[in-house]
Amino acid sequence: MASVINALHWLLPFEWMQYHFMQNALLGVILVCPLFGLMGTMVVNNRMAFFSDAIGHSALTGIALGVLLGMRDPLGTMIAFSILLALGISLIKQSARSSPDTIIGVFSSTAVALGIVILSRGGGFARYSNFLIGDLLSIQGREIMLLLAVLVGVLIFWLLFFNGLLLVSVNPTLARSRGKQVRALELTFALLLALVVTVSIQWVGILIISSLLVLPAAAARNLASSMRQYHVLSLIIAIISGISGLIISYYWGTASGATIVLCAALIFFLTVLGRQMRPN
Amino acid sequence: MTEQAKNGFNNRQACGLCCTTIEDLRVVRGKNVILDDVNLHIHCGELTALIGPNGAGKSTLLKAILGDINHSGRLSYLNAIGGDSVKPVIGYVPQQLQFDPGSPLSVLDLFAAARRRRPVWLGAGRRMQKHAAYQLARVQAEQLLKRRLGDLSGGELQRVLLALALDPMPDLLLLDEPVSGVDQRGLELFYDLVSDLRTQNDLSIILVSHDLGLVARYADRVVFLNRSIQKVGTPQAIFTDPEVIKSFGLVPLEGIAPRPEPVAQKIDWGAGHGKRN
Repeated sequence: MASVINALHWLLPFEWMQYHFMQNALLGVILVCPLFGLMGTMVVNNRMAFFSDAIGHSALTGIALGVLLGMRDPLGTMIAFSILLALGISLIKQSARSSPDTIIGVFSSTAVALGIVILSRGGGFARYSNFLIGDLLSIQGREIMLLLAVLVGVLIFWLLFFNGLLLVSVNPTLARSRGKQVRALELTFALLLALVVTVSIQWVGILIISSLLVLPAAAARNLASSMRQYHVLSLIIAIISGISGLIISYYWGTASGATIVLCAALIFFLTVLGRQMRPN
Repeated sequence: MTEQAKNGFNNRQACGLCCTTIEDLRVVRGKNVILDDVNLHIHCGELTALIGPNGAGKSTLLKAILGDINHSGRLSYLNAIGGDSVKPVIGYVPQQLQFDPGSPLSVLDLFAAARRRRPVWLGAGRRMQKHAAYQLARVQAEQLLKRRLGDLSGGELQRVLLALALDPMPDLLLLDEPVSGVDQRGLELFYDLVSDLRTQNDLSIILVSHDLGLVARYADRVVFLNRSIQKVGTPQAIFTDPEVIKSFGLVPLEGIAPRPEPVAQKIDWGAGHGKRN
């Protein structure tokens, strides 16, 4: 990792790059943003913004369970609970008569309430407010490696199963007629999304994590006319807003996650304008 | 594999021997029986139209044949060579796409996603582009290759989906016609294409249709479905059947068929027609 940091030093010879926490945060951004740019393309296509929001909120319950079990790092219980929740939503969505929105809403609010009740016992909730807004500057080497592992996993999934996932999003029965395993693909994507959201939530923040998923892809689709352009643009927009958000947050002294989201939002509105100005 | 077979242009000769058989098909959802006691032989080289009121289970029957819905009963396909039961290639044209019209999904992307292992986001590649253009040409849609799916008209989208269903050439083609959104010229072009396919490629075709006028003109056989099969016969026989006429209500048939001009003018209704007036 030292050589990566040396390379970044050479590329970005700025004052803020002298600090160890900024170097780590930059590495974190370079991993989290492509992750979200990639997953976001399918989240937007499948209208799963609300689902990822619910998964993000469920992190509170995961943290609470970790605290109850006396764990110092609640990441294990957070991942376990979010995967359980994603499984629950996916299974009930198939059989229930209510709309997916209602089902997700019920699960999400129950999980949040449960988490807050447990964490606020004895008035100690303020300790956990870092999870709400995220704290990218405290990311460490081990956690960066975890993000790298998740990014590699997502890339492999995207290489092998993207075509199937795309057909399912166009029409599940059509995908079935082409021999795709519709349920398995949908479920795997939901679980993977739960994993990605949960491992990044500590750095991005519960309140804004779904915006970071949605904004780069939503901006990219304003400009793209094929899947390839969609992906390239979404990745570029995610990385640009990530790096510029991080630098701005350093100079302004603001929360980095929210600043990154603001940059992405700015790019989104620019693409809306660009689309309006284009002929036809 | 020859180039011809790879492209799915292996024009088979009409044989009339191969057929698809559906036996005792039953679909239950919760406590509701959606389809019951469906028995049907579908012959190759024949266009079988599926008609019936809303909620009759027409789309469900297609999904059950595809294996997308849990069902009991047997589905077998006999090919012409040994009469052996083999797994048929089924082409499917859905009634509608769930797709968001704003999505940057091009027609080429759709073909590449269905036909290739290489992920679409890496780009489709030259060969795929040529292949897709070739497939689109047969439904008069080659100019749509680079267009976004959401920018197509209803008729264009239907033809693109037909070209996709024909690649590779299926043994059985299932078409679920949209209730609306395709203009009359688009509909007629679609029926012409499907009708040609039937004779040139010896396909078995099941078409869920809402346009009784076009059914009368193009179908070889009409199945009147309402939870179970009520009637099977030639268009002539079905459309003069008093029970069918009653089921579609005493409202004139034009009410069901989304056609600007009265259906009756284009169909030889025979004796049955007189009774309705």
